[in-house]
Amino acid sequence: MNEKNPTKKQQHILFILGLISFILAGIFVFRGITPSNYSYFLSRRIPRLLAMLLTGGGIAYASVIFQTITHNRILTPSVMGLDSLYLFLQTVVLFLFGSTSSWFLDPRLNFLLSLGAMAFVSIVIFPSFLKGERQNLFRLLLIGILLGTFFQSLSSFMQMVMDPNEFSIVQNRMFASFNSVNRELLLISSILVALLVLIVRRFHPSLDVMSLGRDNAVNLGVSYDYVVRSMLAIIGIFVAVSTALIGPVTFLGILVANLARELMQSYKHHMILPSAIFISIIALVGGQLFVELVLGGGIPVSLVINFVGGIYFIKILLKEGRIS
Amino acid sequence: MKILNLIKKYGEKEVVNNVTLEVPKGKITSFIGPNGAGKSTLLSMLSRLIQSNHGEIWIGNKEISQWKDNDLARHLSILRQSNHLDIRLTVEELVSFGRFPHSFGKLNDLDRMKIKQAMQYMKLTEMKNSFVNELSGGQRQRAFIAMTLAQDTEHILLDEPLNNLDMKHGVEIMKILRKLADEMGKTILLVIHDINFASCYSDHLVAMVNGKVVASGSPNEIIKQEVLQGIYDLDFNIREVNNKKICVYY
Repeated sequence: MNEKNPTKKQQHILFILGLISFILAGIFVFRGITPSNYSYFLSRRIPRLLAMLLTGGGIAYASVIFQTITHNRILTPSVMGLDSLYLFLQTVVLFLFGSTSSWFLDPRLNFLLSLGAMAFVSIVIFPSFLKGERQNLFRLLLIGILLGTFFQSLSSFMQMVMDPNEFSIVQNRMFASFNSVNRELLLISSILVALLVLIVRRFHPSLDVMSLGRDNAVNLGVSYDYVVRSMLAIIGIFVAVSTALIGPVTFLGILVANLARELMQSYKHHMILPSAIFISIIALVGGQLFVELVLGGGIPVSLVINFVGGIYFIKILLKEGRIS
Repeated sequence: MKILNLIKKYGEKEVVNNVTLEVPKGKITSFIGPNGAGKSTLLSMLSRLIQSNHGEIWIGNKEISQWKDNDLARHLSILRQSNHLDIRLTVEELVSFGRFPHSFGKLNDLDRMKIKQAMQYMKLTEMKNSFVNELSGGQRQRAFIAMTLAQDTEHILLDEPLNNLDMKHGVEIMKILRKLADEMGKTILLVIHDINFASCYSDHLVAMVNGKVVASGSPNEIIKQEVLQGIYDLDFNIREVNNKKICVYY
């Protein structure tokens, strides 16, 4: 009835998104480069770009899959409280050991600590709430929200009583920033993200079917509970990697997952996921360029993204409200 | 398909209470009874959408818990009452999902044939490129039934398939189900509220009240004034028209 061959249109959109990401990445890396300064700029910019690609990809994957398994388009994985856990860890370490301790300063140690804790929660703690018979996914989400609030309150309590100088250090970690990225962490993160992407590929068809709702998916032979549990663990690691790498980016997920679904008009994850990754990269790299070129580099990029994402979120809410 | 001492409790309330039953192969079996009798719950347990608290369900020569999810999906399909979609899908895409247990999303020629066949059966071929969420309730119901047909299973479980359908399409679907049972030997289980549809098109009726099977047998044995009055607590006037029993209870 409508477009005769939707996949062709989808491929066009995907191509355009890819092209824009590529151009933005190009501008980001090669802007203002001369034969005399290229080695300095490239060595600084390429790791930052890589960090954006990893974070963007991780958040895109986590959000799209999360929305598929919860059948909800206004949720992001951040409701599971992992971001809060990250901030809590940072605050605790600073509070207990001070800003000069290696737990806080050594990026590798800090990364492993954050990643380990978040991965532990999503692989061991969360699935244990999913046992038993009724659909416990939403109970799990509520527990996630509670835990998140709990960690947040604890963090703000400690931030209240800590030294103002140290507080300003914590504050810096509350927003995602690509200004300082550790190269060794990039390597570990790349390997992790690549592994996860390979695992998720095997689940693409099952995820497609799960968009039909639980009953239809079970009818069609999807091992529903198994897929949900595996995906939650994978989402947790995606979020953990990207948060531990650069810090929390709350609204990016909603923005990216919804835009991808809207643009692709498809239920197929092998179409949605790549487009979500590209949109995510466009948002991060474009946002970073915007911050550096227009705003003079003073503020973290996640502020801009949360601002745009927040406005888009309100738009989705209004739209969903009209439907129901 | 055999059911042994099946029990489902929600809290203290036994929604399905000790049901034992054999479903005849290659026939249409309809579950009738008032709202809340446990018919849909029973159907959901038979199709592993929900788990029972106690009892056994034998499908073929395996108990339901021994079946692998995907193997079972090639032997048994279920369609529930309310089907609403969050995603935009064309009719053809929806029907293609029925082939998932066979081909995991990569369609081969056999799959395409079955999809085409299912759409023809349900008279959906002209609207195969329409979006499911823009169809009328009846068309959408037909699209979902077509998905179930494309799944091509030996057992087909339909929970109120005539919901949202006008009489013409209701009759059409019952005729198709009749054909599936007679010509292809499918075992079909239905939950049906319209007692006359149940009477005219089923081989076997199972009446449930308060989670218990109170009567089961051929339409001739069940569609009787004293039996139906016990089930529905309503005055029935039963006539025979063209060898079929028709109830008047209005």
